[in-house]
Amino acid sequence: MKPTSASSPSSQVPLTSRLGNFIDRTFQYWTIAPLIITLLFLVAYPSVQLLRMSVSEVDIVKGKTVWEFVGLKHLETALQDPVVPVALKNTLIFVIAVVLIETALSLLISILVSRSKHLVGLYRTVMLIPLLIPPIAIGTMWRLMYDYNYGFINQVLDLIGIAGPTWTANPKLALPSIILVDLWHWTSFMFLIILAGLESLPLELNEAARVDGASEDQIFRFITLPLLRPTLITAVMLRTIFAFKVFDEIFLLTGGGPGTATEVVSLYIYKVFSGQFRLGYASFLALGLALIISVFVIFYRRLGQRAHA
Amino acid sequence: MKNKFFEPFFRHVFLMLVVLFTLIPIFFTFGTSLKYFRDIISGNLAFTPTLVNYQRLLDPSQSNFLRLTFNSLVVAAGTMVVVLTISSLAAYSLSRFRWHKLWSGLLLGIILFIHMLPPVTFLGPFYLIARSLNIYDTVLAVIMGHIILNLPTTTWILLDFFAEIPKELEEAAMVDGASRFHAFTQVLLPMIQPGIAAAGALAFIFSWRDFLFSLSLTSTPRGMTIPVGISSFVQEYSIRYGEMAAGAFFAMIPALLMVAFAQRYIVKGLTLGALKG
Repeated sequence: MKPTSASSPSSQVPLTSRLGNFIDRTFQYWTIAPLIITLLFLVAYPSVQLLRMSVSEVDIVKGKTVWEFVGLKHLETALQDPVVPVALKNTLIFVIAVVLIETALSLLISILVSRSKHLVGLYRTVMLIPLLIPPIAIGTMWRLMYDYNYGFINQVLDLIGIAGPTWTANPKLALPSIILVDLWHWTSFMFLIILAGLESLPLELNEAARVDGASEDQIFRFITLPLLRPTLITAVMLRTIFAFKVFDEIFLLTGGGPGTATEVVSLYIYKVFSGQFRLGYASFLALGLALIISVFVIFYRRLGQRAHA
Repeated sequence: MKNKFFEPFFRHVFLMLVVLFTLIPIFFTFGTSLKYFRDIISGNLAFTPTLVNYQRLLDPSQSNFLRLTFNSLVVAAGTMVVVLTISSLAAYSLSRFRWHKLWSGLLLGIILFIHMLPPVTFLGPFYLIARSLNIYDTVLAVIMGHIILNLPTTTWILLDFFAEIPKELEEAAMVDGASRFHAFTQVLLPMIQPGIAAAGALAFIFSWRDFLFSLSLTSTPRGMTIPVGISSFVQEYSIRYGEMAAGAFFAMIPALLMVAFAQRYIVKGLTLGALKG
């Protein structure tokens, strides 16, 4: 391609077209500017504010924000706060459980779908639905499903003569009930990633192995699975990171209860922020959560780079 | 010998169970939304369908749901327009010009990172910003939150689309005397229309379904969106199942419509960063 030399510098060129030339030459910067301004205003500035808030007591008096520097006081509060370890423990149990179960389920489903010739469109379409509908609607649906008297689950159990429990109000069953809702919501996410990974694998290898007399199981274990490894790692890491965001469904189904049985970090931060209106302490906890996520993201990027190298 | 489980028959039976598991809550909710209260508590399979729950929900004298629907639409449409403008310009700049790897890497890294952070991290600072700009409890505050929620996805999708268009097209237009601005608006934008449609659709849906930002940046029906309305309804009237179900199903309609269109791009947007490098 020839260089597009539009630059013929001369003083006779009228001002408007010189301005036009200037804009053209710097178009690269004009077009990126809105993004940078947005990031400065909605990411950089809030990040600085978050840091500031996490070492301050912040209050709003007569519409004005009042700051008081308190240093590491919120760290002391967090270390003595009995809910913090419970919320961390519940979050950890939740994240590990959903990631493990969803990985196994989605791997199985995507392999079965990838081996099918018929109905693939139906499976994909249906699996997409849970990812798009509002999580609050998902929570509401499952509230109806779990209802002690008139819920679908207990009505079905009733038909076969079993008295159903109070699902979300039972301290032992509340967290598993939440986990089941999450499986309903998020298994599709990993399914879509893994299916895309499976569909992009070269089929020639399978053919060659089949010609050499390998069984389907052997092909899966020694060809498909190793080739799928990078995709699997990506899916697991992404799902882990996103699992920490869980909020809406728990808010609606249990509100963290009964007691603190389903209290998770995001929900507790929200309660400190909104219910107790302790902006400083909530920001300190939010900063802690952001740091935990950062570790996972760095780890994820490292793995990603190695997988693509 | 072939493993019996993987025989097509068992395979499809299993997959149909998965489909059933996914659809049952939706059908049950839809069914409940069409029932009178007496039919809900009787547990009979046969019932006379009624629209009374939807009528009550959408009657302005009985509930503020219509107002919240209006807010939700304004927020989703507003977010969509702002986010599409910012991200189509940025994706153009990043994909068409030579950027030092440090800069492009930094920008894309930040974008990916905010996509991964739990939204709850933004609450405190966003609350203060909304207060100081005097937009707390308005749709503007919610839109502000939703910009951050959607910017990563739309930018990523549009980057993909720009990357697929050969540079020569734009250069040819410029040889013919078009300015960069014209080449961008007259040649490139029309070509990535499908990408803009897909990214816009996703931004609309993600804004429509968000709960947390609306919950924490509004306090009255002035700025509230549908999910907050449903949540407070559920907590206030825990046994008005019919209206509860109607509200949930009503909120799902845009998503159900969307599933029918632009599937491929939805998958790309949802799995951002996972399918490509």
